[in-house]
Amino acid sequence: MNGTPRGAVFVFGLGLPAVDTFLQQVINGLTAGSVYAVVALGYTMVYGIIQLINFAHGEVVMIGAMVAFTVINALAPSGLPPLAVVLIGAGCAVPVCMLIGYAMERLAYRPLRHAPRLAPLITAIGVSIILQHLALLIWSRNVLAFPQIIPSRTYMIGGAAITSVQLAILAICFALMAGLAALVYRTRLGTAMRATAQNPQVAGLMGIDIDRVIAATFLIGAALGAVAGVLFGTYYGLAQYTMGSILGLKAFSAAVLGGIGNIPGAMLGGVLLGIVEALGAGYIGDLTNLCSYDMLAARIDDCAGGGNFVLFGSNYQDVFAFIVLILVLVFRPSGLLGERVGERA
Amino acid sequence: MKNTQLAVSLLAIALVVGGCSKETPQQGAKKAQGAAPQAGAGALEIKIGHVAPLTGGNAHLGKDNENGARLAIEEANAANIKIDGKNAKFALVAEDDQEDPKVGSTVAQKLVDAQVAGVVGHLNSGTSIPASPIYNQAGIPVISGSATNPKLTEQGFKNQFRVVGRDDQQGPAIATYLANERKPKLVAVVDDASAYGEGIANEVEKTLRAANVKVLPREKGTNKTNDWKAVLTKLRGRNPDAVFYGGMTSTAAPLLKQGRELGMKAVFSFGDGACEGEMVKLAGNAATEGMLCSQAGIPVEAASKKFLEAYKKRFNQDPIIYAPFTYDAANLLIDAMKKANSPDPKKYLPELQKIAFTGATGPISFDEKGDRKDAEITIFAMKGGKLEPIAVFKAGKVVPYAEFVKTASK
Repeated sequence: MNGTPRGAVFVFGLGLPAVDTFLQQVINGLTAGSVYAVVALGYTMVYGIIQLINFAHGEVVMIGAMVAFTVINALAPSGLPPLAVVLIGAGCAVPVCMLIGYAMERLAYRPLRHAPRLAPLITAIGVSIILQHLALLIWSRNVLAFPQIIPSRTYMIGGAAITSVQLAILAICFALMAGLAALVYRTRLGTAMRATAQNPQVAGLMGIDIDRVIAATFLIGAALGAVAGVLFGTYYGLAQYTMGSILGLKAFSAAVLGGIGNIPGAMLGGVLLGIVEALGAGYIGDLTNLCSYDMLAARIDDCAGGGNFVLFGSNYQDVFAFIVLILVLVFRPSGLLGERVGERA
Repeated sequence: MKNTQLAVSLLAIALVVGGCSKETPQQGAKKAQGAAPQAGAGALEIKIGHVAPLTGGNAHLGKDNENGARLAIEEANAANIKIDGKNAKFALVAEDDQEDPKVGSTVAQKLVDAQVAGVVGHLNSGTSIPASPIYNQAGIPVISGSATNPKLTEQGFKNQFRVVGRDDQQGPAIATYLANERKPKLVAVVDDASAYGEGIANEVEKTLRAANVKVLPREKGTNKTNDWKAVLTKLRGRNPDAVFYGGMTSTAAPLLKQGRELGMKAVFSFGDGACEGEMVKLAGNAATEGMLCSQAGIPVEAASKKFLEAYKKRFNQDPIIYAPFTYDAANLLIDAMKKANSPDPKKYLPELQKIAFTGATGPISFDEKGDRKDAEITIFAMKGGKLEPIAVFKAGKVVPYAEFVKTASK
């Protein structure tokens, strides 16, 4: 990266991005995307089984990060090996989030299972607000700095930097996804979940305890969310009580992109969304810099003397998730891998 | 704080009791006769509003600002000031604008409805500007201790003041320092698309260009961005010598940290929004080492000793950045009221316009726009996890800090 710029190739007056920048954007996008994917699984599993968009799932992720923050912060000075501290932190976050996931289902959603569809949806928003403010009361409104105890090593791959934390995140996320796929497609519980998703009444008649299957779905989703929260906190080094809402919305978009209710779809959607976002934010500024187009540059005063006139900057990063969501809903409402959203929605 | 609350609640009880007694006509006449002289010699309650974010990522700065104003008001109450022949009892009405322009306007209206005599605030330019027409319409004097966007005092409002420097002074200050002392060939300018961030970034870019330093196309985030990797990766490809970011700590810290993670070696510089010790906590010691930043005005530790000691004693902590300024702002309101012998905004506003006051941050007087005359800007560098003042920018020139302190103490 320290080398002088190689011979620039111009396409329509645009400098072609250096290869290392592109690769770096893809790596960054992949890391963020794999976290989105794990969160998206929580949305998609619940939707697949009870057709509820559990808007409180983002807050479960946030609470996972917060619990891990507290534990890691308390144990950081204890002299335990850093990896053990993080594992204990995650080990505490997972059961807390599972408890919240279970309580949420038992207290808020189960009583409304036969209510009109709008009632549980609004309840989900209510649960989300309650959890967010609970976190505000416990962890204060400040941005909390996640203790950086794991020394982050940077590896260079073809001109792109990848840190050990990024590698760990990728490994953990893909392991979780593989594990979940195995659970859903290879175990009795998974079979019961799929049966319930297809038709709860008939599954019940076949002797499946629907309540237990639904509770198990919430537990698994919350556990995945907790891990995602810990990973997110470790990656960015920050945690705040509001972090769940935007993360949740993006993961929800990822789930819709892949086809909500479809587990491989959520994984694909999450990873794609992360990459689209990184590339979009990385290149939109150049593409909409009117001064880089010779024809326009002559007519814009701001371009004089090497100035710039950027129409859309990288601050539109968060918008990409939602542009993708809208495009999918318009052109392929069932998502990339979804099959049967229309019939139940 | 408890004392003011107690005073307010006692006052409320007194009002309720007074109201009730009026409803009993037999006793009413006698009581009213007794109460009238008491009210004459009694307390004159003067409400002073304060607005800053008390929730969100910059709540600690909001609280710091509020503490400054609170200290001034408590001291004024202890001094038994007489205005219009009555004992003036000042009460602070503290509001939270959540750093949100919409909430800022709502809160401004709330203060106007509560008939405050003056307002100290808001903390952010982004909330101060939309709130200013509301105060202007009501004719209530407003003094900001920290809003640095030039627009605030460019609207022709006679009631709008500030005791800090402006971005069009602060931007040139840090940019001049960068250009003169660090001599970068290529600088990347990033902002958070807020009124403050964009304003200061524009000024930095303008000054750098004037000094013949190349500037990359502007990159933007939002005031909630915590993933800067896409932007930074792009910048890394262009290899700038320095990066300037216009934004607040909660977004500046991740920017700096992620830049270092990507292996960027550039000098990172910031405006006052990210010029505080919190940066070390959020981004770590290694990443923040050597960062530059500017603060409008003089460093906290250069505020008057009397103020620093009183603040520490009252709040059991040191002020962060702007508490000395909000302290001065509240004192300016009180001083103008004293001079006009009235808490009526119409009467004391002319006094405020021509005031010459020496506060915790040095001598203060206002120009015709309501800006502080000859405001200083200080440049800081991070050394070993601590921000150290390295230079002061005054009247277009950069003076090394040690030299400035010497001449200032004379």
